[in-house]
Amino acid sequence: MFGWEFPPFNSGGLGVACYGLSKALAKQGVEVLFVLPKKINCQTDFCRLIFADENPIDAEKILKAAYLSPDIYGKIAQGLFAGRGLVDEVKRYALLAREIAKRESFDIIHAHDWLCYPAGIMAKKISGKPLVAHIHATEFDRTGGHNVNEQVYAIEKEGFSKADKIAAVSNFTKQKVIDNYGINPEKIAIVYNGLDFQRTARDFHNSLNLGGLKKKFQIVLFLGRLTLQKGPDYFLLAAKKVLEKNPNVYFVMAGSGDMEAQLINSAIDLGIADKVIFTGFLRDENLSKIYQLADLFVMPSVSEPFGLTALEALSHGAPAIISKQSGVSEVIKNCLKVDFWDINEMAAKILAVLQYPILSQIMSQNGQTEVQNITWDNSATTCLNIYNEVLA
Amino acid sequence: MPSVCLYLQTHQPFRLKNFSVFDIGQNQEYFDTSANKSYLERIVRKSYLPANKLLLQLIRQHRGKFKVAFGLSGVLLEQLEESFPEVIEGFQKLTATGCCEILGETYHHSLAYLYSAEEFKAQVALHNRKIKKLFNLQPKVFRNTELMLNNQMAKQVGEMGYKGILGEGADYILGWRSPNFVYQAKDGGQTKLLLRNYKLSDNISFRFSCRDWADWPLTAEKFAAWIRGSEGNGEIINLFMDYETFGEHQWAETGIFEFLKNLPNEILKYPENNFQNPAEVIKLYKPKAELDFPNIVTWADTERDLSAWLGNKMQKTAIENIYSLESKIKKTKNKKLLDTWRKLQTSDHFYYMCVKWFADGDVHKYFSPYESPYDGYIAYMNIFNDLKLQLH
Repeated sequence: MFGWEFPPFNSGGLGVACYGLSKALAKQGVEVLFVLPKKINCQTDFCRLIFADENPIDAEKILKAAYLSPDIYGKIAQGLFAGRGLVDEVKRYALLAREIAKRESFDIIHAHDWLCYPAGIMAKKISGKPLVAHIHATEFDRTGGHNVNEQVYAIEKEGFSKADKIAAVSNFTKQKVIDNYGINPEKIAIVYNGLDFQRTARDFHNSLNLGGLKKKFQIVLFLGRLTLQKGPDYFLLAAKKVLEKNPNVYFVMAGSGDMEAQLINSAIDLGIADKVIFTGFLRDENLSKIYQLADLFVMPSVSEPFGLTALEALSHGAPAIISKQSGVSEVIKNCLKVDFWDINEMAAKILAVLQYPILSQIMSQNGQTEVQNITWDNSATTCLNIYNEVLA
Repeated sequence: MPSVCLYLQTHQPFRLKNFSVFDIGQNQEYFDTSANKSYLERIVRKSYLPANKLLLQLIRQHRGKFKVAFGLSGVLLEQLEESFPEVIEGFQKLTATGCCEILGETYHHSLAYLYSAEEFKAQVALHNRKIKKLFNLQPKVFRNTELMLNNQMAKQVGEMGYKGILGEGADYILGWRSPNFVYQAKDGGQTKLLLRNYKLSDNISFRFSCRDWADWPLTAEKFAAWIRGSEGNGEIINLFMDYETFGEHQWAETGIFEFLKNLPNEILKYPENNFQNPAEVIKLYKPKAELDFPNIVTWADTERDLSAWLGNKMQKTAIENIYSLESKIKKTKNKKLLDTWRKLQTSDHFYYMCVKWFADGDVHKYFSPYESPYDGYIAYMNIFNDLKLQLH
């Protein structure tokens, strides 16, 4: 299995999903060799981790042997995976994958997102084993369809066409792969993400009050990368409308990303800077704390292939409003759904949940119960079906 | 002999607009006039018109031997008078044959019985007036909303002048007894009970087009054989179902109209069989035994109770809130306010807030104009708050 990141060294849902899926597959008897491009300090007991760059001498040999001009090699040799463009890193990952594929024995290649597709394709070429391309997000989700990176698009498309089977995280994503990449729908299976419950075991409810803030104010949470795809700007516009009706609300934006400065400025321009809190990127205990602190979780994504944060929020008992432009809205019923662009409706629903305690209570209880059935075990079972299909 | 008693419940609510918190205090309409008209238009076209025509034809063809009874809610009749008077004419033609009985009920298809005796009587009187005006008939048998029934209710409707009341032939009330007899309720006075044979009724209304069902396809001949099979074990087979079964719940393409067309013929082929309407049934047959209905029994879901309307806190809060306005509304002597308040009592509004989605869910979702029960609650409570403002 080729991945790009792994908790605790993850920037978002991709690492979490790879972790959850590998663990559940291992539990169902699959021996998982998890390949990462770069040595990181992490350990697991359920699968063997392979770091593609682990032996730099070998790596250097590989690079010499590869069909690179001395000029490019010179640049690359200045340091593995440092200071270069992402596309180059992805290509180099493929070169390293080639050696791994020669060395290791395996039956199936499972590659996650475009970052790993060249590695997966290379491994298939060397080994002749079937390739499953797992798609967690397309370039169209990341960019909102504007300024699609042609190189990335080409890599994605090649991955989809060379794969024996594609695993999409939702019907929403499957449709994007069909519409934007011209892939035959029959080649695409849906593998919904799950939720790892061990991560949410601790209860912080009693220790949280933000210095008494919770006594008077209600907290509405945005959690995700502060980037176009996640719709944080729509969240702020809705916040403005909510505050006009109900000033006793704080809006917490948890996450980091390229839009952070823009969002801080826009909170100021909207005149709500005193009611918007930016927390930066959170993980582990702090993540649980912020979910438990929230009276309401809002996921206003513009294009969300799945949306693990919605499951995490619900599992912590936060009622949720989620974008209809998301994969998770296909699997969760006990929440409110809204079009990301419909600021009025989003604000109206936020106000309703804050105003009607019975509503928020029932959404919270039922949501928490519902997500317990959305497990990585289910995802692994679907994956096993795909494996059996491509091996047949 | 068994007699067959065919009773068709006919009702459509005034559905609410997706009333947002921003609409409160803005003099906005509560009812979604255009959506209601388009829902109704579809049902009129697919069900009421073709079914009325067919029933009239059958009554004429069988020269008084085929009979049918209706429940026509006031809120439906009001909408039909406004937009589809041809359907009212159809019902008038049916009642003019003398083979068509209309039962008493609450004008607003409400749960008023549970919350206000005064209001319950007022709504029954309103309905009586409407039936008198449109059909020149005086209902003699009563049917409360969703077939709800308990001992006390049997007694009360008896005191209001009704000779009988319809109810559900629930297993947990009947025990070893058959629904195919007339009964009386414990402490229910002289009021006679007609209990629905849910197996035979549901074979038409739910299972008719179900291809997984062992008895699919259902023919009139087969159904008549079942009726005959209960000979010796019953005097009266009560087939109670929604009128919309014909053409709307079961589409014309399923053959449901063909089935209805052949049904009287097949049933009357056996000379010991006949059709009787409720008022005749209670004259013809003596009560077989006394049954105890200590709690409210309805015809809904697997529980046969009120949980589809009042099973969760949202539903209870909403309905308690609306009845809490009773005395204030009545004091205003404002006819429009009173009318609006009553239309907000229609049971459907509470049904839409039902979260029992995972067991009985599909039926609930099919009939709801909302994306989720939470949306139903929000719209209702926003409207309630607007109405409350109008009272100040």
